[in-house]
Formats: sequence, C-alpha cells, structure tokens
Amino acid sequence: MTANGQPIDKNGMAAAVAADIPHGSFVNLGIGLPTTVSNHLAADSGVTLHTENGMLGMGPEAHGDEVDPDLINAGKIPVTELPGASYFHHADSFAMMRGGHLDVCVLGAYQVSAAGDLANWHTGKPGAIPAVGGAMDLALGAKETYVMMTLLTRDGAPKLVPECSFPLTAVQCVKRVYTDLATFAITPGGVEVRALHGTSFADLKALLDVPLLDATAR
Amino acid sequence: MVDIVATAAEAVAGIGDGATVMVGGFGAAGQPVELIDALIEGGARELTIVNNNAGNGDLGLAALIREGRVRKVICSFPRQSDSWHFDEKYRAGEIELELVPQGNLAERIRAAGAGIGAFFTPTGFGTMLAEGKEVREIDGRQQVLEYALRADVALVKAHVADEAGNITYRKTARNFGPIMAAAAATTVIQVNEVVPIGGIDPENVVTPGIYVDRVVRVTPREGAER
Repeated sequence: MTANGQPIDKNGMAAAVAADIPHGSFVNLGIGLPTTVSNHLAADSGVTLHTENGMLGMGPEAHGDEVDPDLINAGKIPVTELPGASYFHHADSFAMMRGGHLDVCVLGAYQVSAAGDLANWHTGKPGAIPAVGGAMDLALGAKETYVMMTLLTRDGAPKLVPECSFPLTAVQCVKRVYTDLATFAITPGGVEVRALHGTSFADLKALLDVPLLDATAR
Repeated sequence: MVDIVATAAEAVAGIGDGATVMVGGFGAAGQPVELIDALIEGGARELTIVNNNAGNGDLGLAALIREGRVRKVICSFPRQSDSWHFDEKYRAGEIELELVPQGNLAERIRAAGAGIGAFFTPTGFGTMLAEGKEVREIDGRQQVLEYALRADVALVKAHVADEAGNITYRKTARNFGPIMAAAAATTVIQVNEVVPIGGIDPENVVTPGIYVDRVVRVTPREGAER
C-alpha cells in the first residue's frame, strides 16, 4: 500500500465520521471535536441528535435572538430545537443511553487500546480535579462507539496503544477510531486499518505498537 | 399537601446544618438561584450538595461553596472553566468530592424516589470509579452495584406550578428536577408562575403535586435567565 493523499484535518475527520453514520440514526456527539460532526451531516441524513441533558432533535448552535438559557447542549452552549424535538428528564436521558437505544456515540479520547478500551476522562495527573460527566455512560450506551482523535500526541506518542496508561472510561467499547492518519475498526479479529491518509500501511505499522490488519482494499 | 409560600426564605426554612440537599440544574439551566440565595441567607452549614456540577461563576451553588457552607459535593462534573470557587476549596482540602458518572447519578436519584435500594449497571466497570464496589456478571456483562441516593431536601427550578403543586418545566432546564423532586423528604420548587388548579392541562404535568411540598414564585432578575 502506498501513501494515500495527505493527512486529514479536524474537518476531514468529522466528515469521515459523518459519512459512516447510517441514515436515520439516533446519535450522541461528545463535547469538543465530536460536536463538529454535525456540520458534515447531510440535510437528508435523517440523523436525530441526542444531548445528555435531556433532548432529542437538537439543532445547531443558537445565535442572537435564538439564545434561550433554558436550551443548552451538554457543553452548556445555547442550541436550537428542530421540528420533532422532545425533552425529558435526566434519568430518562441516560436510560435512553444506558438501555442501548442510541445507534452511535462519537467521543474524543486520550487513548484507545487495541481491545477497544477507552481513556478519555482523566489524565490521572497529581492535582488534576477529576470530572467524568456522562463519559462512562456514553462509552457503553450506544450500539456503536466511535472515537475521533489525532493519532499522535503533541509529543509524537501514539494514542492507539496496546494497553491504556490513562485511567479507563470503559473497557472494550470502541468500535472505530477516526484519526488524521488512518481510520481503524476494532474487531474481534484485531485492529483493521480501513483507510490511510498521507501515510502507508508499512509506515503506520512501524509507528504503532499494535498489530494491524490491512483492510484498506475492502 | 403543597404550601404556596410568598418568599424564598419561607421556602427554605428549616434546612439545618449537615443536611443533604439536592440542587437541580445542569450548569445554569434549571439552577434554583433564588432558593440557593435564601439558603445562604438562612445560614445552614456543613451541607452535602447533590448536583451535576459544583458551581459555575459566582452565582447560586458557586456562592454557597464560596461562603464555606458545603462540606461535600456529590456530582459528575465539578471541574469547568468557571468552577473557581469549588476548585479553590477542593485544592485547600476544605471540601469533599464524591465523583459519580452522570448516568449513575441520575439513576441513583431516580431509584431513591422509586423506593429501589440499589441496582447493577455496566457503567463504570473496570474503572477507578468502581473500585471496591460489588460486581456481578448479569446477562453476560460485568455490572457494578450502585446504591440509591436520597436527600433531606430538594431545591428545584421549574416553570409553572398550579395550586395543587403540579409542575411543568422549560426545555433542557428540566434535567434533574423531576427525579430530585421524588428523591427528597422535602421538595421545594421555585417557579416563574403559579396558576389556579385546572390551569395546567393534566396531560402536560411533568412532576405531579404528590412530590412537591413547597412552591414559591420568584421574579426573574432583570437580564438574568428565565
């Protein structure tokens, strides 16, 4: 496999995730980078967005006169309501998640292990005040959990690892990992590389400590 | 039987030192700021607070923490860009934190209101937040035992009450209100409007009056959230 184009940026990653979300899905987008996936969902995608603080049918960020302090998303940003929206209390909102009713959840991550363990809530650094929010429920609650992240830290360390060194959010929950250099599927048979962006399979193998299967021809 | 009281001070009367107080809201949405102001005024200390967060900015729960009234916070997401009062107390060792995944927090509160003592859930399994907790394999998944969470008092912000204590909410400000209302021995609700019995369509009632002890109408601050 030869190098394939260029590494993709955050927008490119968001577009790649959006393209893999099945038509008509109920989807929760995590705070931060995953939120940008909504910018890439086609108008006819049929996707309904869930926000953990009690709403289905969440619309885009609110501006100007649209801002209503009673209508916010999980990141506490004012948002809008789409036709067909519904509101419910917090236990119902998490029951919806924990009961496996959401189709896809997209989360950021510090690390993902080859077995699909996720670390995305706590650096574990001394003095850091931990805050978990809905991360542990989101990681387990959807039928499919996708992660969006850069493949390397700023210092060049891989974030797809044999075992997470950061505190875990949940075990064996991640199905796909979308990064700037490649897209991975975590399957019972191992970690498959589904797409490459500006790198080769051989270079990727050399970069990561995780055994990889070349599935780019699929 | 619900009491419609005239002031926030009357609404929070009797909350004593060491009480466990559930406070509704997700960030500022649904936070009963006027009831918290009255709680500060009332002087109660050594409180255990149950909320999703640990105060934002300088108002409401943040002010209660700043005033040193809170011994312990049970919440899912304390650390935020504007949680400076909590951060300071926590770093000084002056406040205890019980960190609970948000879905467990909601379900523990719901369970208390429904008379359920505890439940098993996959959330948290294999993480540091499940350390020391009983685990069982149920339906092929590892699940963690979590206990119901109840309170002496719930302070909730809603939208409209009728004189029977039936309650409606607005949009995502509903959040923890209905489950906290059911999980506390005494439930106090601040609303924007009180209407006569019959003024709310029974089909639209979210929290039935059986869960509600005191209601107070508050006038929203000028320029503040509804």
